[in-house]
Amino acid sequence: MFRNRIVLAALLLAGTLASSVSAVAPAKVYQIVIDRVAFEDAPTGIKVGDTIEWFNKDIVDHTSTAKNGAWDVTIPKQKKVRVVLTKAGVIDYYCRFHPNMTSQIVIKK
Amino acid sequence: MFRSISAVMAVLSVSFVTAFAQGGAKPTDPQIAHIAYTAGQIDIEAGKQAIKMSKNKEVIAFAENMVKDHTAVNKLALDLCKKLGVTPEDNDTSKSLSKAAAAKQAELAKLTGAAFDKAYMDNEVAYHKTVNGALDTLLIPSSSNAELKALLQQGLTIFKGHQQHAEHTASMIK
Repeated sequence: MFRNRIVLAALLLAGTLASSVSAVAPAKVYQIVIDRVAFEDAPTGIKVGDTIEWFNKDIVDHTSTAKNGAWDVTIPKQKKVRVVLTKAGVIDYYCRFHPNMTSQIVIKK
Repeated sequence: MFRSISAVMAVLSVSFVTAFAQGGAKPTDPQIAHIAYTAGQIDIEAGKQAIKMSKNKEVIAFAENMVKDHTAVNKLALDLCKKLGVTPEDNDTSKSLSKAAAAKQAELAKLTGAAFDKAYMDNEVAYHKTVNGALDTLLIPSSSNAELKALLQQGLTIFKGHQQHAEHTASMIK
């Protein structure tokens, strides 16, 4: 009896968790290509919890460096690097190696 | 110090222009390939010297990036020459670039600490400015092969980034 109640409670809890998770849009992965020494424009609709994957198709290494310090990653040539976005805002970012490469990501709550 | 850098740069700028201005001669693709490759090698050597001599984290990071980027671009340039059957041809511009670079290297070798860092970074700013100017106004317009032209254009965008990176790093040295 007692055991059944625990199982039931666990099931209920699991159900609640599952429904609360499904109510929130699942996190997405957006790819931004780097080619010919430029960042591709960021897609719209990016939200907190989503992931950006930079794909550096260039002949040299680059960085993605947020001006507000939110992230700073090196993306070696011909490699992909991911960053999970944790805060909302309009973030300007650039490449530390080639500061003439600049772009912006709008992250919504 | 600033005056001597300006003097070297003046000589460089003049050599880029005058070497080909006589008789309206344009550099040929084999000559352009040689000049671009030489200019890259010079910056690789300067970077190696800075990595060895500097103790400034920012300066070393900049120098390491110069070695990496110019090595990557020069490798592509050599691969392209091979593919196109172009043999890079030595010329007066390449020679004067190398000569000026050797003089600068000797001058920098006498310096240490912040004096070295400042002289190296100032020279990187001026050098990239000069070479980028030459690429923009002489080498790219004169190149006849489309693939060579495209590689030089991509190189120029990268090197313009280096110039900004150099200006930023130079501004941080006291």
